[in-house]
Amino acid sequence: MSVKEKKRNPVETATNEQKQVAAGLISVYIMGKRYEVPEGFTIMKAMEYAGYKFIRGCGCRGGTCGACGTVYRKPGDYKIQVALACQKTVEPDMYIAQIPFFPANRASYEFSKLTSAPEEIFKLYPELFRCVACNACSKACPQGIEVMDAISALKRGDISEAARLSFECIQCGLCTSRCFGELAQYHMFQLARRIYGARVLPRAEHLTDMVKAVSEGRYEAILEKLKNTKEDELKKLYQEREMEPVSAGEDWKPKDGKSLWEAR
Amino acid sequence: MSLAYYPGCTLKTRARNLEEPAVASLEALGFELEEISRWNCCGAAYSLAEDDLIHQVAPVRNLIRAKELGKSELVTLCAVCLNTLKRANLLMGEDAEKRNTINSFMDEELDYDGGVKVVHLLEVLRDEIGWETLAQKVKLPLRDLRVAPYYGCTLLRPRDVAIDSEESPVILRKFLESLGAIPVDFPEFARCCGSYQVMSDPDGISEYARTILGSASSHGAEALVLTCPLCDYNLGLGQKQLMKKYSEFRAMPLFYFTQLLALALGLGPEVCHFELNHGAPEALLREKKLLP
Amino acid sequence: MSVTISSKRLRREFVRKVKELSGQNLQLCYQCGMCSGNCPAASNMDVSPRQIIELARLGLEEEIAKSKTVWICASCLACTVNCPRGFDLSRMMEAIRLLTLRKNLDHVRPEDISPQERCELPQIAMVSGFRKFTC
Repeated sequence: MSVKEKKRNPVETATNEQKQVAAGLISVYIMGKRYEVPEGFTIMKAMEYAGYKFIRGCGCRGGTCGACGTVYRKPGDYKIQVALACQKTVEPDMYIAQIPFFPANRASYEFSKLTSAPEEIFKLYPELFRCVACNACSKACPQGIEVMDAISALKRGDISEAARLSFECIQCGLCTSRCFGELAQYHMFQLARRIYGARVLPRAEHLTDMVKAVSEGRYEAILEKLKNTKEDELKKLYQEREMEPVSAGEDWKPKDGKSLWEAR
Repeated sequence: MSLAYYPGCTLKTRARNLEEPAVASLEALGFELEEISRWNCCGAAYSLAEDDLIHQVAPVRNLIRAKELGKSELVTLCAVCLNTLKRANLLMGEDAEKRNTINSFMDEELDYDGGVKVVHLLEVLRDEIGWETLAQKVKLPLRDLRVAPYYGCTLLRPRDVAIDSEESPVILRKFLESLGAIPVDFPEFARCCGSYQVMSDPDGISEYARTILGSASSHGAEALVLTCPLCDYNLGLGQKQLMKKYSEFRAMPLFYFTQLLALALGLGPEVCHFELNHGAPEALLREKKLLP
Repeated sequence: MSVTISSKRLRREFVRKVKELSGQNLQLCYQCGMCSGNCPAASNMDVSPRQIIELARLGLEEEIAKSKTVWICASCLACTVNCPRGFDLSRMMEAIRLLTLRKNLDHVRPEDISPQERCELPQIAMVSGFRKFTC
């Protein structure tokens, strides 16, 4: 079906500018009210086009901050769909509502006192055990995370698996909005990833070495030299700096890094 | 031979002393426990309400995981998991209306009709290995160890999922005999440990423990054998409370059946994790010369 | 125990819901008391298992609400397997619990369990406890 056929009732109050693009307009329903918006717009742009001004529910506009969680339905479909408003383009006759925030129980804790024991999560989030495995969370995840599986992992005390499965989580909270057991999955996952990163993952030895080298002052001389370099010379150094090629292998090292290696 | 295996949550944390000796023992008996992937909690307490189908979804998903692997049988070690999975399985097999509702709710899963058989490890030992064969494989008979077989609720009730007779079960007795131990029958073998009441009234748990352990002890048992991590927790907690309350109360060692199995098969204490047990089991085992 | 029975106190809707949720015919019970005799928790109950069946079929919702009995039941099924009439009391107990829980009234609130207990309780206790005491 072409876009033109879909466009049935042009909005009477449309401005001249809107009328100019009317050929490419489609109708969508934002919080129950119909608007004509340009085809190809993201939900977020379409809402702004319709007159909404975001002071919440909008962040990076790049699909990574999780601020613009959105639910929608299409006519004749009982299924609720989810998306990030900044990523999903509008489709004809979508019913749209944003859920930029959903109240969720977030435990407070002093991280330095937490161990890697599964009981840490059980203690802070006992409601974890109210999960009924309905899988509404996984269906509601715009990142395609198997949320239910990650929760199952937490229930059996497997923090590493929960951290791994939830790695792509952007904390949008749509899982929580759909949860039968009233869990705040995304806060639990964040805690799991923190514990995993700080207590389970092996420490990077080269980082320890580097921190040691820095704290021992081995780079002071190089920094001092840079500080005393004239601005023109600095600009020249910057412009002529060696860049890592896109296709560089893991063992790539800069040719002019001699002084850095020597310092270490 | 490979057996599809459903562990259950607690076996991965507190009840590692139920799982690890089982895995090692089955290997020694020529079986492999193949843990099904993406399993979730069984729900632990079977829902008893006609319209409460959402709580049947969790156990049914696990049965679907076994079906996906092409398995016709799913083995459990935990009595509660067995009960929940088996009853959900029965529901899916027998009630067409509820089966359809549950299947259509889980539209992302394969349809399921109760085709997977849920069995407890004790049944595998009885029906697939046999008590005589098991007895022949015993390297360290548990001689002189007087053990009361405690079934609790979920292995025997309701009748349509029971692994043995509800009134006079013998499966644990035969199991203990095969291992060379002395089974001590006692009347409270199937009395409830208090189950989930520990969440509502933790102090009241000691009364359940007093009846069960007192009965086992007065019939001459030195230890109790069990199959459920909730029984283990409640009886262990109850013993602690009783020791505080009554100075003369003596704690009784509580063993998972898989620990006694591994010990008798000569697999050594390393796989048994006795450090996770209640009631100082190692002292008793040393006294019986079952531990160095 | 003495209770006043009258048509004014009868809650027909309550009886209907208990029957519907439990799937049980409340009239099967002939008050023999096998359930009470076999119940491991009966001594802690203010109203015995046998009495609770009678109260339920008389529609005495307030009497049942005052009693702690359904919250002491551990669903061990000792009553169920011993009933000579094939009445499944555990299902009736569950139905009555659910009628309260579904009003969004938790019997045990996760936040009321002490942090120490949360660390000590095995997962199997918390899962089953929340299933029976929260909704």
